[in-house]
Amino acid sequence: MKKTLLTTVLTTSLLASSVLASLSVSSVQSADYKVDVEGAHAFVQFKIKHLGYSWLLGRFNTFDGGFSYDEKSPNNAKINIEIDTASLDSNHAERDKHLKGKDFLNVSSFPTATFTSQNITFSDDENAVVTGKFTLKGVTKTISFAVAKVGQGQDPWGGYRAGFSGTTSLKLADYGITYNLGPASTHVEMALHIEGVRI
Amino acid sequence: MSSNIIMNNENSYGLIAIAMHWLMAITIFFLFGLGLYMVELTYYDAWYKGSLDLHKNIGMTLFVILILRILWRMVNITPKSADKSASKAEVNIAHYAHLLLYLLMGILMISGYLISTADGRAIEVFGVISIPALPISFENQEDIAGSIHEILAWTLILLSAGHALAAFKHHFINKNNTLVRMLKVSGSKN
Repeated sequence: MKKTLLTTVLTTSLLASSVLASLSVSSVQSADYKVDVEGAHAFVQFKIKHLGYSWLLGRFNTFDGGFSYDEKSPNNAKINIEIDTASLDSNHAERDKHLKGKDFLNVSSFPTATFTSQNITFSDDENAVVTGKFTLKGVTKTISFAVAKVGQGQDPWGGYRAGFSGTTSLKLADYGITYNLGPASTHVEMALHIEGVRI
Repeated sequence: MSSNIIMNNENSYGLIAIAMHWLMAITIFFLFGLGLYMVELTYYDAWYKGSLDLHKNIGMTLFVILILRILWRMVNITPKSADKSASKAEVNIAHYAHLLLYLLMGILMISGYLISTADGRAIEVFGVISIPALPISFENQEDIAGSIHEILAWTLILLSAGHALAAFKHHFINKNNTLVRMLKVSGSKN
């Protein structure tokens, strides 16, 4: 009786571990990554000139997304990011309120901004140009910008990570933001720094 | 008998109560106008920054006056209704309407404070004293407090317009001294 029980336990755990092993094998082969928003290893930042005299920096604190990337076929890569526009943070509540209001992002009517890639073309191991649809304040435009792979590999906690950075310049008026900030401040520089955890 | 014009008496308001009433009335209407005006200013208007600073400075000062006014009301007697024919219910309604106005002013000013301090920044009142932010804040505080501030500002202005119309009604239709006694200081004449 005792022996039977022991055998059952052993068999079960062997079965379980082989299932686990096959799972981890399949995840190694997968090229899908989830952006590490939980660990906050991803940043959506903006910067815009203040009066032409200095840079003003801010960020969106809440966003989510994922990408797929396989070194062997990098040009099949994809990325999508969804940003909660109300999470804008420029370290000044009065300014944030203004930027979230009708003069700028109008976040109550347009709570999300999204980017979905359509084509990613790598020119070498690290550098690529991403083209895709970007939606901000209800306006969707096709934009292209350069991205660079920062690095990839095992993390110390049993996962596998890869990270990219990209920047692009957006003309505010293209997205219906026509509030006069002065001639030096017609464009905003967006920067995306993301680390994904392979799933 | 004594003609103490500082304190309230049974029939009329004293100098302090009258002065605070009109000071706050004028200031609130000014702040309302300033508020509507300043949010329309654009970035390159010279008064874009100054108007907001002035609004905050005056608003915070007004909060202190509101506290003093409530304390003053508590240590004074409230004059009896100037309308001798008013029913008990009407007197009660008038009383609670006044309390509602105090409450509204208080929440309105606190909501304004919560906009500017949502990021933990203090409010510098006329560069003299610094009113710190609360140690706690909530999600999108500046937006939520901002909506409350705007709605309550309109509510207060509409209610005080009603309050003024009621005073005119007492003056011209009921022909009692409700309005006059808020304009003229008179000591007790017992």
